Amino acid sequence: IWTTVFGRRMADEALFQFLHYELMQYIYKSADSKETENGRNITKLENMGFRVGQGLIERLTKDTARFKDELDTMKFICKDFWTCVFKKQIDNLRTNHQGIYVLQDNKFRLLSQLSAGKQYLEHAPKYLAFSCGLVRGALSNLGVKSIVTAEVSVMPTILLQKI
Amino acid sequence: MSRQSNRTTDSKKMVGDSSRINNSELFTLTYGALVTQLCKDYENDEEVNKQLDKMGYNIGVRLIEDFLARSSIGRCQDFRETADVIAKVAFKMYLGITPSVTNWSPAGDEFSLILESNPLVDFVELPDNHSTLIYSNLLCGILRGALEMVQMAVDVRFVQDTLRGDNVTEIRMKFIKRIEENLPAGDE
Repeated sequence: IWTTVFGRRMADEALFQFLHYELMQYIYKSADSKETENGRNITKLENMGFRVGQGLIERLTKDTARFKDELDTMKFICKDFWTCVFKKQIDNLRTNHQGIYVLQDNKFRLLSQLSAGKQYLEHAPKYLAFSCGLVRGALSNLGVKSIVTAEVSVMPTILLQKI
Repeated sequence: MSRQSNRTTDSKKMVGDSSRINNSELFTLTYGALVTQLCKDYENDEEVNKQLDKMGYNIGVRLIEDFLARSSIGRCQDFRETADVIAKVAFKMYLGITPSVTNWSPAGDEFSLILESNPLVDFVELPDNHSTLIYSNLLCGILRGALEMVQMAVDVRFVQDTLRGDNVTEIRMKFIKRIEENLPAGDE
């Protein structure tokens, strides 16, 4: 019984990961395969993530009280939102208290399909674009305008910077 | 707030339900964004339907491995068993719904999956100019691709769709033939 429960709990996440991968493949395939297209594809993915993030946060915060301040909002993103989307919380949140927040995820789920190793690092950005959009979209609907970028240092850790 | 895996049935139900609702919304919303993008990129619904089927197929051929690993279901004895596994295990596992299996053909090679609700279409309305769009066509591709990997060639299509005004969503699955393993491609 325990195995079945475990299987089901992660299965919908797996389904989303498969969809996300196909989405990435589609965006990249439908563009001309030139170096210059990479930026546009990243933007397309990011924009899709943005719209999904907006919709998602709306559902998630339907019955939630308003946030006290920006930090409160970021904590929500790190805990509730991240758990909703990635089934875990952000591992580390840092801020300079002047509008820059760094969110660290040490086991970013969408990168788990990608092998660790330097030669794959160049592919990481397209795996992160949609998720950056998700965060930006969520924040947008919470009244926070942001720029969200992501960095991968050692796979699959990512750092999201909200400016 | 991080939950560990050794929980009782009750608390699992609580946590599981809320995270299931939210995660299926992630899938639903992402799927919606995908269909929207496809409608922008392609001129007609037929093309979009084909793309969705193709993408579904790509997902299906990989999903089957994931499914077999999670469910530890053995080889199905016949198409009836396959139908039950699809409806009661696979759909439940990935989409949280259990379609009913009905309308078997006399030969036992064709059946319908009736979905009372379709999580993919939550919050979705089809605009008038997309009347031939098979919004959830990804599912057909997924089923087709997954079964192909277990040596079954099937035809899968929507025959009823709540988005197009029907009362239920009905997917018709037809067994075409058994695929022999390890034959060179293109011989059939």
